[in-house]
Amino acid sequence: MFKWLDPYAKSETLYHFCGKLLPYLMVSALALLLLGNIWGLAFTPADYQQGDSYRIIHIHVPSAIMSMGAYAAMASAAFVALVWQIKVAHWAVLAIAPIGAVYTVIALVTGMAWGKPMWGAWWVWDARLTSELILLFLYLGVIALNGAFSDRQVGAKVSSLLALIGVINLPIIHFSVEWWNTLHQGASITKFAKPSIDPSMLWPLLISILAFAVLLLALTCLRLRTAILMNEQHRPWVRKLVGG
Amino acid sequence: MVSMVFLQRELRLLARQKADWLNPILFFIIVLSLFPLGIGPEPNMLRIIAPGVIWIAALLSVLLAAERLFKDDYRNGVIEQLVAGRHSLLAFVLAKTFANWLSTGLPLLLLSPVVALLLGLEQAALGAMALTLLLGTPLLSLLSVLGSALTMAADKGGILLALLILPLYIPLLIFASSAIEAASIGLGYQGQLAILLAMLLLALALVPMAVTSALRINVS
Repeated sequence: MFKWLDPYAKSETLYHFCGKLLPYLMVSALALLLLGNIWGLAFTPADYQQGDSYRIIHIHVPSAIMSMGAYAAMASAAFVALVWQIKVAHWAVLAIAPIGAVYTVIALVTGMAWGKPMWGAWWVWDARLTSELILLFLYLGVIALNGAFSDRQVGAKVSSLLALIGVINLPIIHFSVEWWNTLHQGASITKFAKPSIDPSMLWPLLISILAFAVLLLALTCLRLRTAILMNEQHRPWVRKLVGG
Repeated sequence: MVSMVFLQRELRLLARQKADWLNPILFFIIVLSLFPLGIGPEPNMLRIIAPGVIWIAALLSVLLAAERLFKDDYRNGVIEQLVAGRHSLLAFVLAKTFANWLSTGLPLLLLSPVVALLLGLEQAALGAMALTLLLGTPLLSLLSVLGSALTMAADKGGILLALLILPLYIPLLIFASSAIEAASIGLGYQGQLAILLAMLLLALALVPMAVTSALRINVS
Protein backbone atom coordinates (compact mmCIF):
# COMPACT_ATOMS: atom_id res chain seq x y z
CA MET A 1 0.00 0.00 0.00
CA PHE A 2 2.85 2.34 0.87
CA LYS A 3 4.42 1.79 -2.52
CA TRP A 4 1.17 2.88 -4.06
CA LEU A 5 0.66 5.86 -1.74
CA ASP A 6 4.23 7.09 -1.68
CA PRO A 7 4.21 9.19 -4.89
CA TYR A 8 1.29 11.25 -3.54
CA ALA A 9 3.44 12.54 -0.68
CA LYS A 10 5.22 14.53 -3.37
CA SER A 11 3.46 17.85 -3.71
CA GLU A 12 3.63 18.07 -7.51
CA THR A 13 2.04 14.65 -8.03
CA LEU A 14 -0.64 15.39 -5.46
CA TYR A 15 -1.39 18.75 -7.06
CA HIS A 16 -2.07 17.17 -10.44
CA PHE A 17 -3.94 14.24 -8.88
CA CYS A 18 -6.27 16.64 -7.04
CA GLY A 19 -6.69 18.66 -10.20
CA LYS A 20 -7.80 15.55 -12.07
CA LEU A 21 -10.26 14.54 -9.36
CA LEU A 22 -11.69 17.99 -8.76
CA PRO A 23 -14.16 18.32 -11.69
CA TYR A 24 -15.64 14.84 -11.01
CA LEU A 25 -15.99 15.55 -7.31
CA MET A 26 -17.53 18.98 -7.85
CA VAL A 27 -20.08 17.76 -10.39
CA SER A 28 -21.10 14.73 -8.35
CA ALA A 29 -21.32 16.78 -5.13
CA LEU A 30 -23.58 19.29 -6.83
CA ALA A 31 -25.75 16.57 -8.42
CA LEU A 32 -26.10 14.63 -5.16
CA LEU A 33 -26.81 17.79 -3.19
CA LEU A 34 -29.55 18.85 -5.60
CA LEU A 35 -31.05 15.34 -5.75
CA GLY A 36 -30.95 14.69 -2.01
CA ASN A 37 -32.16 18.09 -0.91
CA ILE A 38 -34.93 18.54 -3.48
CA TRP A 39 -36.17 15.00 -2.87
CA GLY A 40 -35.93 15.47 0.89
CA LEU A 41 -37.33 18.97 1.09
CA ALA A 42 -40.13 18.71 -1.47
CA PHE A 43 -41.13 15.11 -2.14
CA THR A 44 -40.93 13.15 1.12
CA PRO A 45 -44.07 12.68 3.23
CA ALA A 46 -44.51 14.95 6.26
CA ASP A 47 -43.70 13.58 9.71
CA TYR A 48 -46.74 12.43 11.73
CA GLN A 49 -45.61 14.41 14.77
CA GLN A 50 -43.38 17.22 13.58
CA GLY A 51 -45.18 18.05 10.33
CA ASP A 52 -43.06 19.77 7.72
CA SER A 53 -40.53 21.25 10.10
CA TYR A 54 -38.61 17.99 10.35
CA ARG A 55 -37.41 18.50 6.75
CA ILE A 56 -34.45 20.52 8.02
CA ILE A 57 -33.05 17.08 8.94
CA HIS A 58 -31.81 16.86 5.35
CA ILE A 59 -29.35 19.67 6.06
CA HIS A 60 -28.87 19.32 9.79
CA VAL A 61 -27.92 15.63 9.99
CA PRO A 62 -25.53 15.57 7.00
CA SER A 63 -23.67 18.64 8.20
CA ALA A 64 -23.50 17.33 11.79
CA ILE A 65 -22.23 13.91 10.71
CA MET A 66 -19.73 15.42 8.34
CA SER A 67 -18.54 17.98 10.89
CA MET A 68 -17.33 14.97 12.86
CA GLY A 69 -16.24 13.15 9.70
CA ALA A 70 -14.16 16.16 8.70
CA TYR A 71 -12.57 16.18 12.13
CA ALA A 72 -11.73 12.49 11.84
CA ALA A 73 -10.22 13.12 8.40
CA MET A 74 -8.27 16.10 9.72
CA ALA A 75 -6.96 14.11 12.67
CA SER A 76 -5.94 11.21 10.41
CA ALA A 77 -4.04 13.64 8.22
CA ALA A 78 -2.44 15.08 11.37
CA PHE A 79 -1.41 11.60 12.49
CA VAL A 80 0.15 10.83 9.10
CA ALA A 81 1.87 14.21 9.12
CA LEU A 82 3.38 13.81 12.57
CA VAL A 83 4.34 10.14 12.38
CA TRP A 84 5.79 10.01 8.86
CA GLN A 85 6.78 13.68 8.70
CA ILE A 86 4.92 14.33 5.46
CA LYS A 87 4.57 17.99 4.56
CA VAL A 88 1.49 17.74 2.35
CA ALA A 89 -0.40 16.06 5.19
CA HIS A 90 0.12 19.16 7.34
CA TRP A 91 -1.33 21.26 4.54
CA ALA A 92 -4.23 18.84 4.32
CA VAL A 93 -4.96 19.42 8.02
CA LEU A 94 -5.10 23.15 7.44
CA ALA A 95 -7.14 22.67 4.26
CA ILE A 96 -9.82 20.67 6.09
CA ALA A 97 -10.06 22.78 9.26
CA PRO A 98 -12.09 25.77 7.91
CA ILE A 99 -14.42 23.45 5.95
CA GLY A 100 -15.09 21.45 9.09
CA ALA A 101 -15.65 24.64 11.06
CA VAL A 102 -18.25 25.81 8.52
CA TYR A 103 -20.01 22.42 8.61
CA THR A 104 -20.11 22.68 12.40
CA VAL A 105 -21.63 26.15 12.20
CA ILE A 106 -24.24 24.89 9.70
CA ALA A 107 -25.08 22.00 12.04
CA LEU A 108 -25.43 24.36 15.01
CA VAL A 109 -27.51 26.96 13.17
CA THR A 110 -29.89 24.46 11.56
CA GLY A 111 -30.13 22.69 14.90
CA MET A 112 -31.16 25.97 16.54
CA ALA A 113 -33.73 26.61 13.82
CA TRP A 114 -35.10 23.11 14.37
CA GLY A 115 -34.98 23.41 18.15
CA LYS A 116 -37.09 26.57 18.25
CA PRO A 117 -40.39 24.99 17.02
CA MET A 118 -39.74 21.57 18.59
CA TRP A 119 -38.25 22.35 22.01
CA GLY A 120 -39.43 25.94 22.25
CA ALA A 121 -35.92 27.35 22.63
CA TRP A 122 -33.14 28.33 20.26
CA TRP A 123 -30.51 26.87 22.51
CA VAL A 124 -30.52 24.43 25.40
CA TRP A 125 -27.41 23.45 27.34
CA ASP A 126 -27.71 19.85 26.34
CA ALA A 127 -24.75 17.47 26.19
CA ARG A 128 -24.72 17.08 22.43
CA LEU A 129 -25.13 20.78 21.69
CA THR A 130 -22.36 21.65 24.12
CA SER A 131 -19.94 19.10 22.73
CA GLU A 132 -20.68 20.22 19.15
CA LEU A 133 -19.87 23.76 20.30
CA ILE A 134 -16.59 22.49 21.76
CA LEU A 135 -15.89 20.89 18.37
CA LEU A 136 -16.27 24.34 16.78
CA PHE A 137 -13.84 25.80 19.34
CA LEU A 138 -11.36 23.03 18.52
CA TYR A 139 -11.53 23.82 14.81
CA LEU A 140 -11.05 27.51 15.55
CA GLY A 141 -8.16 26.64 17.88
CA VAL A 142 -6.41 24.67 15.14
CA ILE A 143 -6.84 27.56 12.70
CA ALA A 144 -5.74 30.21 15.21
CA LEU A 145 -2.77 28.22 16.47
CA ASN A 146 -1.48 27.82 12.93
CA GLY A 147 -1.58 31.57 12.40
CA ALA A 148 0.28 32.42 15.60
CA PHE A 149 3.78 31.34 14.63
CA SER A 150 6.27 33.31 12.60
CA ASP A 151 7.82 30.01 11.54
CA ARG A 152 5.18 28.44 9.31
CA GLN A 153 6.51 24.90 9.59
CA VAL A 154 6.36 24.94 13.38
CA GLY A 155 2.83 26.39 13.20
CA ALA A 156 1.71 23.58 10.89
CA LYS A 157 3.19 20.89 13.13
CA VAL A 158 1.80 22.31 16.36
CA SER A 159 -1.70 22.68 14.94
CA SER A 160 -1.54 19.09 13.68
CA LEU A 161 -0.70 18.03 17.22
CA LEU A 162 -3.68 19.98 18.57
CA ALA A 163 -5.94 18.38 15.95
CA LEU A 164 -4.80 14.98 17.17
CA ILE A 165 -5.40 15.85 20.82
CA GLY A 166 -8.94 17.01 20.06
CA VAL A 167 -9.94 13.56 18.76
CA ILE A 168 -10.94 12.80 22.34
CA ASN A 169 -14.05 14.92 21.73
CA LEU A 170 -15.42 12.79 18.86
CA PRO A 171 -16.63 9.79 20.88
CA ILE A 172 -17.99 12.20 23.49
CA ILE A 173 -20.18 13.92 20.87
CA HIS A 174 -21.34 10.69 19.31
CA PHE A 175 -22.27 8.94 22.53
CA SER A 176 -23.39 12.01 24.47
CA VAL A 177 -27.06 11.32 23.73
CA GLU A 178 -26.72 7.80 25.12
CA TRP A 179 -24.57 8.59 28.16
CA TRP A 180 -26.63 11.54 29.31
CA ASN A 181 -30.35 11.33 28.99
CA THR A 182 -30.89 14.68 27.36
CA LEU A 183 -33.27 16.59 25.15
CA HIS A 184 -31.51 15.80 21.87
CA GLN A 185 -32.88 12.61 20.33
CA GLY A 186 -30.77 9.48 19.90
CA ALA A 187 -29.27 8.26 16.66
CA SER A 188 -31.77 7.22 13.97
CA ILE A 189 -29.45 5.83 11.33
CA THR A 190 -25.90 5.51 12.62
CA LYS A 191 -26.46 2.43 14.72
CA PHE A 192 -26.11 -1.31 14.22
CA ALA A 193 -29.80 -2.09 13.94
CA LYS A 194 -32.71 -1.40 11.67
CA PRO A 195 -32.86 2.38 11.18
CA SER A 196 -35.70 3.98 13.14
CA ILE A 197 -36.72 6.14 10.21
CA ASP A 198 -39.04 5.32 7.33
CA PRO A 199 -37.31 4.28 4.04
CA SER A 200 -39.08 7.09 2.16
CA MET A 201 -37.27 9.60 4.39
CA LEU A 202 -34.10 7.53 4.80
CA TRP A 203 -33.04 7.47 1.13
CA PRO A 204 -32.95 11.22 0.50
CA LEU A 205 -31.19 11.63 3.86
CA LEU A 206 -28.50 9.11 2.94
CA ILE A 207 -28.03 10.84 -0.43
CA SER A 208 -27.65 14.19 1.34
CA ILE A 209 -25.06 12.74 3.71
CA LEU A 210 -23.13 11.36 0.74
CA ALA A 211 -23.42 14.75 -0.96
CA PHE A 212 -21.92 16.54 2.05
CA ALA A 213 -19.10 13.97 2.17
CA VAL A 214 -18.28 14.39 -1.52
CA LEU A 215 -18.49 18.17 -1.17
CA LEU A 216 -16.02 17.94 1.72
CA LEU A 217 -13.63 15.98 -0.49
CA ALA A 218 -14.04 18.40 -3.37
CA LEU A 219 -13.42 21.49 -1.25
CA THR A 220 -10.46 19.81 0.43
CA CYS A 221 -8.94 19.10 -3.00
CA LEU A 222 -9.49 22.69 -4.01
CA ARG A 223 -7.95 24.14 -0.84
CA LEU A 224 -5.10 21.64 -0.86
CA ARG A 225 -4.15 22.65 -4.39
CA THR A 226 -4.04 26.29 -3.34
CA ALA A 227 -2.00 25.43 -0.24
CA ILE A 228 0.50 23.47 -2.31
CA LEU A 229 0.94 26.39 -4.71
CA MET A 230 1.32 28.88 -1.84
CA ASN A 231 3.87 26.80 0.03
CA GLU A 232 5.87 25.70 -3.00
CA GLN A 233 5.83 29.01 -4.84
CA HIS A 234 9.62 29.03 -5.23
CA ARG A 235 9.83 25.56 -6.74
CA PRO A 236 10.61 25.40 -10.47
CA TRP A 237 7.52 23.35 -11.31
CA VAL A 238 5.20 25.93 -9.75
CA ARG A 239 6.97 28.75 -11.54
CA LYS A 240 6.59 26.92 -14.83
CA LEU A 241 2.93 26.23 -14.07
CA VAL A 242 1.99 29.83 -13.38
CA GLY A 243 4.28 31.04 -16.16
CA GLY A 244 6.35 33.38 -13.98
CA MET B 1 16.18 10.67 40.32
CA VAL B 2 16.44 13.06 37.40
CA SER B 3 12.84 14.03 38.12
CA MET B 4 13.84 15.13 41.63
CA VAL B 5 16.58 17.37 40.24
CA PHE B 6 14.11 18.97 37.86
CA LEU B 7 11.55 19.35 40.62
CA GLN B 8 14.08 21.05 42.88
CA ARG B 9 14.93 23.42 40.09
CA GLU B 10 11.28 24.27 39.46
CA LEU B 11 10.61 24.87 43.14
CA ARG B 12 13.68 27.06 43.47
CA LEU B 13 12.52 29.11 40.50
CA LEU B 14 9.07 29.46 42.03
CA ALA B 15 10.59 30.52 45.35
CA ARG B 16 12.47 33.28 43.58
CA GLN B 17 9.62 34.50 41.39
CA LYS B 18 6.85 34.70 43.92
CA ALA B 19 4.57 36.74 41.67
CA ASP B 20 4.23 33.76 39.33
CA TRP B 21 2.21 31.77 41.83
CA LEU B 22 0.97 34.45 44.24
CA ASN B 23 -0.84 36.49 41.61
CA PRO B 24 -3.11 33.67 40.39
CA ILE B 25 -4.14 32.97 43.99
CA LEU B 26 -4.95 36.63 44.61
CA PHE B 27 -6.79 36.67 41.31
CA PHE B 28 -8.85 33.65 42.43
CA ILE B 29 -9.90 35.40 45.64
CA ILE B 30 -10.68 38.69 43.91
CA VAL B 31 -12.82 37.05 41.22
CA LEU B 32 -14.73 35.17 43.91
CA SER B 33 -15.38 38.33 45.90
CA LEU B 34 -16.64 40.10 42.76
CA PHE B 35 -19.60 37.76 42.38
CA PRO B 36 -21.37 38.65 45.64
CA LEU B 37 -20.79 42.32 44.85
CA GLY B 38 -22.16 41.99 41.33
CA ILE B 39 -25.09 39.67 41.98
CA GLY B 40 -26.01 40.81 45.46
CA PRO B 41 -25.23 39.30 48.87
CA GLU B 42 -28.43 37.19 49.06
CA PRO B 43 -27.22 33.95 50.82
CA ASN B 44 -29.60 31.61 48.97
CA MET B 45 -28.58 33.00 45.62
CA LEU B 46 -24.89 32.69 46.51
CA ARG B 47 -25.37 29.09 47.58
CA ILE B 48 -26.95 28.25 44.21
CA ILE B 49 -24.26 29.83 42.07
CA ALA B 50 -21.31 28.90 44.32
CA PRO B 51 -20.28 25.58 42.63
CA GLY B 52 -20.03 27.12 39.17
CA VAL B 53 -18.43 30.32 40.40
CA ILE B 54 -15.73 28.51 42.37
CA TRP B 55 -14.78 26.35 39.44
CA ILE B 56 -14.82 29.17 36.89
CA ALA B 57 -12.57 31.24 39.16
CA ALA B 58 -10.26 28.24 39.55
CA LEU B 59 -10.06 27.71 35.76
CA LEU B 60 -9.26 31.36 35.12
CA SER B 61 -6.61 31.60 37.80
CA VAL B 62 -4.89 28.43 36.56
CA LEU B 63 -5.00 29.83 33.05
CA LEU B 64 -3.27 32.97 34.31
CA ALA B 65 -0.37 30.91 35.64
CA ALA B 66 -0.21 28.73 32.53
CA GLU B 67 0.98 31.35 30.10
CA ARG B 68 4.47 31.71 31.50
CA LEU B 69 5.10 28.03 32.23
CA PHE B 70 7.51 27.35 29.38
CA LYS B 71 8.15 30.86 28.07
CA ASP B 72 11.31 31.62 30.08
CA ASP B 73 12.77 28.14 29.62
CA TYR B 74 12.16 28.46 25.90
CA ARG B 75 13.70 31.93 25.63
CA ASN B 76 16.91 31.14 27.46
CA GLY B 77 17.40 27.84 25.65
CA VAL B 78 16.76 25.36 28.46
CA ILE B 79 14.22 23.45 26.39
CA GLU B 80 16.58 23.27 23.45
CA GLN B 81 19.35 21.87 25.65
CA LEU B 82 16.99 19.29 27.10
CA VAL B 83 15.77 18.16 23.69
CA ALA B 84 19.36 17.96 22.43
CA GLY B 85 20.72 16.32 25.57
CA ARG B 86 20.37 12.74 26.67
CA HIS B 87 18.17 13.38 29.69
CA SER B 88 14.58 12.27 29.58
CA LEU B 89 12.26 15.05 28.50
CA LEU B 90 9.43 13.19 30.20
CA ALA B 91 10.99 13.68 33.63
CA PHE B 92 11.18 17.40 32.97
CA VAL B 93 7.53 17.53 31.90
CA LEU B 94 6.35 15.58 34.95
CA ALA B 95 8.38 17.79 37.29
CA LYS B 96 6.96 20.87 35.60
CA THR B 97 3.41 19.59 35.98
CA PHE B 98 3.88 18.63 39.61
CA ALA B 99 5.47 21.99 40.45
CA ASN B 100 2.61 23.74 38.69
CA TRP B 101 0.10 21.79 40.76
CA LEU B 102 2.00 22.53 43.98
CA SER B 103 2.00 26.25 43.20
CA THR B 104 -1.52 26.72 41.80
CA GLY B 105 -3.71 23.67 42.53
CA LEU B 106 -2.72 23.01 46.09
CA PRO B 107 -3.24 26.63 47.29
CA LEU B 108 -6.77 26.54 45.82
CA LEU B 109 -7.41 23.33 47.74
CA LEU B 110 -6.11 24.88 50.96
CA LEU B 111 -8.17 28.00 50.37
CA SER B 112 -11.39 26.09 49.83
CA PRO B 113 -12.65 26.34 53.48
CA VAL B 114 -12.28 30.13 53.32
CA VAL B 115 -14.13 30.19 50.01
CA ALA B 116 -16.92 28.08 51.45
CA LEU B 117 -17.22 30.59 54.26
CA LEU B 118 -17.38 33.51 51.84
CA LEU B 119 -20.11 31.96 49.70
CA GLY B 120 -22.08 30.37 52.53
CA LEU B 121 -21.61 26.74 51.46
CA GLU B 122 -22.71 24.01 53.84
CA GLN B 123 -20.60 21.25 55.37
CA ALA B 124 -21.55 18.59 52.80
CA ALA B 125 -20.90 20.87 49.84
CA LEU B 126 -17.56 21.90 51.33
CA GLY B 127 -16.44 18.26 51.39
CA ALA B 128 -17.55 17.80 47.79
CA MET B 129 -15.77 20.97 46.74
CA ALA B 130 -12.52 19.87 48.39
CA LEU B 131 -12.74 16.43 46.72
CA THR B 132 -13.44 17.86 43.27
CA LEU B 133 -10.57 20.31 43.69
CA LEU B 134 -8.32 17.47 44.81
CA LEU B 135 -9.12 15.43 41.67
CA GLY B 136 -9.65 18.33 39.31
CA THR B 137 -6.67 20.61 39.92
CA PRO B 138 -4.04 18.03 38.83
CA LEU B 139 -6.04 17.70 35.60
CA LEU B 140 -6.02 21.48 35.25
CA SER B 141 -2.25 21.47 35.70
CA LEU B 142 -1.81 18.76 33.05
CA LEU B 143 -3.97 20.63 30.56
CA SER B 144 -2.31 23.97 31.18
CA VAL B 145 1.13 22.43 30.74
CA LEU B 146 -0.16 21.05 27.44
CA GLY B 147 -1.55 24.39 26.28
CA SER B 148 1.57 26.19 27.37
CA ALA B 149 3.79 23.74 25.49
CA LEU B 150 1.73 24.14 22.32
CA THR B 151 1.88 27.94 22.35
CA MET B 152 5.44 28.19 23.70
CA ALA B 153 6.97 29.65 20.54
CA ALA B 154 3.86 31.49 19.36
CA ASP B 155 4.12 35.25 18.90
CA LYS B 156 0.74 36.09 20.40
CA GLY B 157 0.51 33.71 23.33
CA GLY B 158 -2.02 34.91 25.89
CA ILE B 159 -5.46 34.91 24.35
CA LEU B 160 -4.57 32.00 22.09
CA LEU B 161 -3.81 29.85 25.12
CA ALA B 162 -7.27 30.60 26.51
CA LEU B 163 -8.87 29.66 23.19
CA LEU B 164 -7.00 26.35 23.16
CA ILE B 165 -7.40 25.08 26.70
CA LEU B 166 -10.70 26.49 27.93
CA PRO B 167 -12.65 24.11 25.62
CA LEU B 168 -10.67 21.21 27.09
CA TYR B 169 -11.59 22.39 30.61
CA ILE B 170 -15.32 22.26 29.88
CA PRO B 171 -15.96 18.56 30.75
CA LEU B 172 -14.11 19.07 34.04
CA LEU B 173 -16.18 22.16 34.83
CA ILE B 174 -19.45 20.32 34.12
CA PHE B 175 -18.73 17.30 36.32
CA ALA B 176 -17.03 19.17 39.15
CA SER B 177 -19.78 21.73 39.58
CA SER B 178 -22.48 19.08 39.23
CA ALA B 179 -20.79 17.11 42.07
CA ILE B 180 -20.83 20.14 44.38
CA GLU B 181 -24.42 20.88 43.39
CA ALA B 182 -25.50 17.30 44.13
CA ALA B 183 -23.78 17.41 47.52
CA SER B 184 -25.42 20.70 48.46
CA ILE B 185 -28.89 19.22 47.96
CA GLY B 186 -27.95 16.05 49.82
CA LEU B 187 -27.50 13.62 46.92
CA GLY B 188 -24.62 11.21 46.36
CA TYR B 189 -21.84 12.41 44.10
CA GLN B 190 -19.58 9.36 43.79
CA GLY B 191 -20.47 9.06 40.10
CA GLN B 192 -19.14 12.51 39.24
CA LEU B 193 -16.01 11.88 41.33
CA ALA B 194 -15.41 8.60 39.49
CA ILE B 195 -15.65 10.38 36.15
CA LEU B 196 -13.26 13.11 37.35
CA LEU B 197 -10.81 10.41 38.44
CA ALA B 198 -11.16 8.65 35.08
CA MET B 199 -10.45 11.89 33.23
CA LEU B 200 -7.44 12.55 35.45
CA LEU B 201 -5.97 9.08 34.85
CA LEU B 202 -6.55 9.31 31.10
CA ALA B 203 -4.88 12.72 31.00
CA LEU B 204 -2.01 11.49 33.16
CA ALA B 205 -1.37 8.69 30.68
CA LEU B 206 -1.62 10.72 27.48
CA VAL B 207 -0.82 14.37 28.16
CA PRO B 208 2.90 14.01 29.08
CA MET B 209 3.50 12.27 25.74
CA ALA B 210 1.73 15.05 23.84
CA VAL B 211 3.71 17.68 25.79
CA THR B 212 7.09 16.10 25.03
CA SER B 213 6.28 15.97 21.32
CA ALA B 214 5.05 19.58 21.42
CA LEU B 215 8.35 20.64 23.02
CA ARG B 216 10.31 18.74 20.37
CA ILE B 217 8.32 20.35 17.55
CA ASN B 218 8.79 23.84 18.93
CA VAL B 219 12.58 23.69 19.00
CA SER B 220 13.11 21.67 15.84
